[in-house]
Amino acid sequence: MEILVAIKQVPDTDKVRMDPVTGTMVREGVDTIVNPLDLYAIELAIRLKEQHGGKVTAFTMGPPAADKALKEAIAMGCDAGVLVTDRAFSGSDTWATSYALSRAVAKMGRYDLILAGERATDGDTGQVGPCLAAWLDIPVLTYVGSLESADGGSIVARRLVEEGYQRVRAKMPCLLTVVKEVANPRLPTLRGKKFARQTALAVYGAGDLDADPACLGLKGSPTKVSKIFYPKVTRGGAMVKALDEAGTENAVDELVAFLEARDLIARDVIAREEIAGEGAQR
Amino acid sequence: MNEVWTIAEQSGGALKAVSFELLARGRQLADKLGVKLASVVLADSISDEALRELIERGADEVLCVEHPALAGFVCETFAKALVALARERTPQVVLAAATSSGRTLMPHIAVTLHAGLTADCTELDIEEGTGLLLQTRPAIGGNIMATIKTPDHKPQMSTVRPKASRPLDRDACRTGSIERIALDPAFVERRVEVLGLERDVEGFENLEEAQVVVAGGRGLKKAENFKLVRELADALGGAVGASREAVDRGWTSYPHQVGLSGKTISPRLYVCAGVSGAIQHLAGIKTAETIVSINSDPEAGIHKLADFAVVGDLFEILPRLTKRIAERRAGVAEGACK
Ligand SMILES: Cc1cc2nc3c(=O)[nH]c(=O)nc-3n(C[C@H](O)[C@H](O)[C@H](O)COP(=O)(O)OP(=O)(O)OC[C@H]3O[C@@H](n4cnc5c(N)ncnc54)[C@H](O)[C@@H]3O)c2cc1C
Ligand SMILES: Nc1ncnc2c1ncn2[C@@H]1O[C@H](COP(=O)(O)O)[C@@H](O)[C@H]1O
Repeated sequence: MEILVAIKQVPDTDKVRMDPVTGTMVREGVDTIVNPLDLYAIELAIRLKEQHGGKVTAFTMGPPAADKALKEAIAMGCDAGVLVTDRAFSGSDTWATSYALSRAVAKMGRYDLILAGERATDGDTGQVGPCLAAWLDIPVLTYVGSLESADGGSIVARRLVEEGYQRVRAKMPCLLTVVKEVANPRLPTLRGKKFARQTALAVYGAGDLDADPACLGLKGSPTKVSKIFYPKVTRGGAMVKALDEAGTENAVDELVAFLEARDLIARDVIAREEIAGEGAQR
Repeated sequence: MNEVWTIAEQSGGALKAVSFELLARGRQLADKLGVKLASVVLADSISDEALRELIERGADEVLCVEHPALAGFVCETFAKALVALARERTPQVVLAAATSSGRTLMPHIAVTLHAGLTADCTELDIEEGTGLLLQTRPAIGGNIMATIKTPDHKPQMSTVRPKASRPLDRDACRTGSIERIALDPAFVERRVEVLGLERDVEGFENLEEAQVVVAGGRGLKKAENFKLVRELADALGGAVGASREAVDRGWTSYPHQVGLSGKTISPRLYVCAGVSGAIQHLAGIKTAETIVSINSDPEAGIHKLADFAVVGDLFEILPRLTKRIAERRAGVAEGACK
């Protein structure tokens, strides 16, 4: 099975701190990592290769330094990496990103399956996966929590949806976006790291792709950011201390009064708000 | 002038609450623009009576595409139906819910329509002068907000989080048209087959649609104690959520996880106990209407986001709170019977 995994390099949100005075993000010294949600896609790809044979290629669009993310994917067990990088791609929104990625996939050749993370922790849109499938005109299954089978030319997957799991069969080639439940990512091994160091990445620039330059980068992006601002970090709510018996009783009293004042306790209030129909049923 | 559209969601012929929430958003935009508001429904079969509620809650028009193949969500079939309709009627704004299907469908059609799409908007407005849609959304785990415009492409498309707005009250006097449109059979995706919907998954929670969510974190110390969270959730008539730590320890399953790598929710009330409030957790709850935190550490990050913070031992607080709320609600029920 030929598997492609779309991965993104993102700032390590674990290390992102907010400056309490200015309310701005402290970016200094923030490392970049493989989008943590993409690790699940990488892991699933490697497991499928272990079961069915074949090859896993990780690909990413990003700055030249995004090669680090590809090397990490290879150290985990991917066989190859493709770096899609060019100044012409900078400022891409999800439409332009997915267009460029789709042209890169077209260049990579035959594949059975494309895996992507559910969303990236920086852009946090979850749009690139379904967009990429639309460009390639292959079926997309999002929020995949587990695979029941992946042979005979089709995939049977369970999608995590609001009401439970939707079981779906899709013909390959298709694209899946996966959630954490799908697999527990392994750590890179020493051998893997060595292999990654020895493996040369394929690098595609804009000129290598059969792509319309007008659809790339900032100018190819339909959406434009017109303003960035920092939201209030705190809500400045009430704080009560429940440090002893009396304090606890008092805290519970105050909390119950607070909830009542906001109309959050009475059963009929909540029932009234629920609109009849599927959405309200649990 | 061109319409504003909302994409309604239904299941088994019953509209979901989020369909009405979207209308409340769409109504404001359509009024500012002075255009009609249409609600688009894709269904296998749905009654006029059900569709009529869309009009009573804000729509001027209902466009209902019907076909047995629309019984379960298949992105490609839904997308082709919508793209054809959008090409014919050229709406200027299309809003959908940031649900598992909305978040799949909208990116797909954005590509085909060559339109801009903004995910998870918390605020939508119309820019004075230009009439452009101003879409505000959190990014980087809610640490920054960005306002986004799509100046040169139509439609301007957004997904909006469920529960982030309230539906308009039903107004039986409102009038509007209901149009039924047959799906072109060529649009039915043959490469994908829905095999079923597992609804009764053991311990599964529909967190996204819950009004109240009570969540537990590592502070609960062990699996058995997680029942303290369930009991409070039951007393409040809510669903059970969890931090990643609680899920990773196996105290509850992944569909309960709230946060960056779990679910993003906007309940009316979010109560959490023994959760520190790491930014990845907060990313999932920033748009909750009311947040209550119970944590013994006065410096815990969760207390800063809370509307009501209790500094104390959850093992002392939760049982008492559950008891008091259960009593209150029993009292209310009795009162209501008189
Ligand atoms: C990429 C990435 C994605 C992530 N995604 C998510 C996500 O989706 N959801 C998520 O939740 N986390 C996520 N995390 C993890 C997150 O960073 C935190 O590790 C996690 O939220 C902590 O869980 P916790 O609050 O339960 O545990 P802890 O941080 O250990 O906090 C436990 C809290 O319990 C309190 N406590 C202890 N005993 C008591 C007591 N008796 N009474 C009252 N309070 C008590 C302590 O004071 C402490 O504040 C993610 C991390 C990364 C890197
Ligand atoms: N620049 C990129 N290069 C490769 N894959 C990407 C890129 N951006 C996003 N993806 C993939 O699309 C998923 C969703 O990203 P996003 O839509 O940005 O939230 C990610 O988890 C990746 O699998």
